[in-house]
Amino acid sequence: MSKRVALSGNEAAAHAIRQINPDVIAAFPITPSTPIPMAVSQFIADGKMTTEFVTVESEHSAISACVGASAAGGRVMTATSANGLALMFEILYIASGMRRPIVAPVVARALSGPLNIHGDFSDVYGVRESGWVELFCQDSQEFYDTIIQSVKLAENESVLTPVMPIADGFDISHTVENWYMEDDEAVQKFIGEYHSKYSLLDTEHPVTFGAWAPPDWYYEHRRSQLEGLLNACDAFKAVDKEFGEKFGRSYGVIEKYHSDDADIVVIGMGAVSGTIKDAVDEMRANGISAGFLRVKLFRPFPYKDIIEALKGAKAIGVFDRCITAGAQTAALCTDIRSAMYGKSNIPIVNYTYGLGGRDTTVSHVKTVIEQLKEAAEGKKIDLINYINLRA
Amino acid sequence: MAKKLSFLNKLALNKELLEGGHRLCPGCGHSIIVRMVLNTAMQEGYQPVMANSTGCLEVCTGLYPYSSWNIPWIHNAFENVAATLSGAESMYKSLSRRGKLNNDKIVFIAFGSDGGTYDIGLQALSGAAERGHRFLYVCDDNEAYQNTGNQRSSATPYGTRTTTSAVGTADPIGKKQKRKDIMEIMAAHEIYTAQASPSYWMDLIKKVKKGLKQNGPAYLNVIQPCTTGWGYDPKDTINLAKLAVDTCIWPLYEIENRRSKVNYKPKNKLPVEEYLKKQKRYAHLFTPKGKEALEKIQQLTDEHWNFLLEREQAGF
Amino acid sequence: MNNKKNFITPGCDKDGNLLGWRSVEIGAMVIDAGNSRMYETGSWRSEQPVWNADTCIDCMMCWLGCPDTAIIAKDGHMAGIDYFKCKGCEICVEQCPTKPNSLVMILEEKAKDLSLEEKTELAFSKEQK
Ligand code: SF4
Ligand code: SF4
Repeated sequence: MSKRVALSGNEAAAHAIRQINPDVIAAFPITPSTPIPMAVSQFIADGKMTTEFVTVESEHSAISACVGASAAGGRVMTATSANGLALMFEILYIASGMRRPIVAPVVARALSGPLNIHGDFSDVYGVRESGWVELFCQDSQEFYDTIIQSVKLAENESVLTPVMPIADGFDISHTVENWYMEDDEAVQKFIGEYHSKYSLLDTEHPVTFGAWAPPDWYYEHRRSQLEGLLNACDAFKAVDKEFGEKFGRSYGVIEKYHSDDADIVVIGMGAVSGTIKDAVDEMRANGISAGFLRVKLFRPFPYKDIIEALKGAKAIGVFDRCITAGAQTAALCTDIRSAMYGKSNIPIVNYTYGLGGRDTTVSHVKTVIEQLKEAAEGKKIDLINYINLRA
Repeated sequence: MAKKLSFLNKLALNKELLEGGHRLCPGCGHSIIVRMVLNTAMQEGYQPVMANSTGCLEVCTGLYPYSSWNIPWIHNAFENVAATLSGAESMYKSLSRRGKLNNDKIVFIAFGSDGGTYDIGLQALSGAAERGHRFLYVCDDNEAYQNTGNQRSSATPYGTRTTTSAVGTADPIGKKQKRKDIMEIMAAHEIYTAQASPSYWMDLIKKVKKGLKQNGPAYLNVIQPCTTGWGYDPKDTINLAKLAVDTCIWPLYEIENRRSKVNYKPKNKLPVEEYLKKQKRYAHLFTPKGKEALEKIQQLTDEHWNFLLEREQAGF
Repeated sequence: MNNKKNFITPGCDKDGNLLGWRSVEIGAMVIDAGNSRMYETGSWRSEQPVWNADTCIDCMMCWLGCPDTAIIAKDGHMAGIDYFKCKGCEICVEQCPTKPNSLVMILEEKAKDLSLEEKTELAFSKEQK
């Protein structure tokens, strides 16, 4: 039986990890994800999990140890944030290139400088080309569920790709919410045993991991790797469905909130979703045809589902919790515009919000929806707009 | 007519764990050292699992679709061989503890060069040593970044010409700094720390055995002459490794439980020139302008050698 | 001892074509580890060592020093040179302690069309030394 608990997002992640009880965890403290390795240490000290916990001296070594441990044939996890993820950058590509099914919850945080420890997506956007699956969560419940789902997704034979379940720093990680925790045994049963085909510890069948590929091989390997990543879209749908049948909650690669019949569609990811949904409710109550499309699976980008979901839209506003570093729009908006290319001529504009922990409120979103309504009626509107930024 | 087997005959009975057909330069010191280390591990009945940092040894032995390794082997990146292997060793502990693996013959061996050890990999190595993972770390020290074309590292000795400590009309010396004393750094982790040379192979083998027996980390610093970077005839790899020891530029010693031992004291300590003059990277020292630097190398060598002798005598 | 014909060349299908992206091993793993034994490095050398079994004392110093696993050890004893692998570095010759030397380098050009016996004859005949 599941039980209802009131705990923070970090605690939700920690409990998911405890229940998964991976063979090895290698992690290094960094705000705001530090409570996760702290909890792991306490769970182990209390005999509540039996994972081998490698207390490395940096995030670079955390992910490096994860790659070594994963090649040695077992289930491996880590967790990090911001500069920690940035320090991992090099090895994230190696982990996915070596097809290691590592699961690494990331509590998303602004990147320095200036130094800022609060939530935004600079870190996870920065590594979106690293070949990892990126799954954005909107609350603690989803963070907990997604971490459990991620294990099954990463280890899927057709995927074998590392997965990053993502939650906004502080907004989710440090906010206490009510959510349902499943039984330890039920979680274990859901994820099942992991069997690695090859292992460093199989001395009878020595395998070489991490050979380098010259120009006549690198390209083929990258294409082969991409296939695993692309397979994650359908594989996630299947895992999510199974999870729903078992535990009564499922999410889809996108979530449609009154978006099917909406003229104005706001698109976003993560913790801001609750705020946007409230704004949509209020606008709908005022007779404005607004809806929200939440992207959960960001990499691989489920563009087919998104195109289908946006068929009736007359104006679209995309929320990006990251500034564009000189591109026309920020990452999610660019992907949406690219998906919609040739499909329609409606305005698709970008809203930068929430950088470094800046508040975004229902009234901010309502203003956005009003703007988009005018845009749908033909009014010119800036391509990039900044929510709650002092002029 | 079975012939009697000598020590080396017995060693040669083992299956070669490093296959030929790798792409290392003719006469490369890397594979000589690797073969000595792995054959010893085999001889002792171990089953080595190896991690390799990025570098000559790695690129020449793990080039898709080829591999020269008859043992489980992993390459991750340049600076993280110790972290990578610490992950594998932790998995070994975990799976053994959980009853999913039963093999007490496995030993973990890391190979890094001086760049991946003294410089960019030092943090990961120090971390892994402090955490106490059971592994033998072998540094094949060729005294510069050879894989990228002989750039200076912190292992490059004073007065060495490399491609980033160049010698020219305005600079007759080359590298101005002494080499980093990695032995003392690793010994400060209170782990078994030893320096060896492939020319004194009995000593090297003894140290490998000792390192593998540790119930924790062990560090082995091995001089690895590099034909291309150092500029000498490939046939002289082992000869140079011997001259380095006989001139006391590369003393054979070990540090254990805070006590040091000099394993070999040449009866006839040769002047450093004997070693230096055979290598193109020191050719500039044998011109009038290089005289001072040459004297300084002798002086640095003597200072270090005397320090080792005095410390040993003092019982530390 | 290394007969390429017995193997499918690594990275190729049975007709010798390089594998496409759908067929490469995922993660660039090399499952057939140790397969570099099929890669010929003997073609690199300009000189090759020739062994004289008559003067050899089976000390295995050449075997110990060879960087290319090219000294053939049979039941632990010196048994000749694997010319498929040998890069001609001459370390084995330097390591050989016997007088006269039991390993001698000869030019590849001269060795090219000779049988092992002829090479040995050439390397160790008095005119040569
Ligand atoms: S010449 Fe070099 S590669 Fe050839 S057998 Fe002698 S030592 Fe080995
Ligand atoms: S080094 Fe010389 S004597 Fe010793 S085994 Fe080799 S060929 Fe024979």
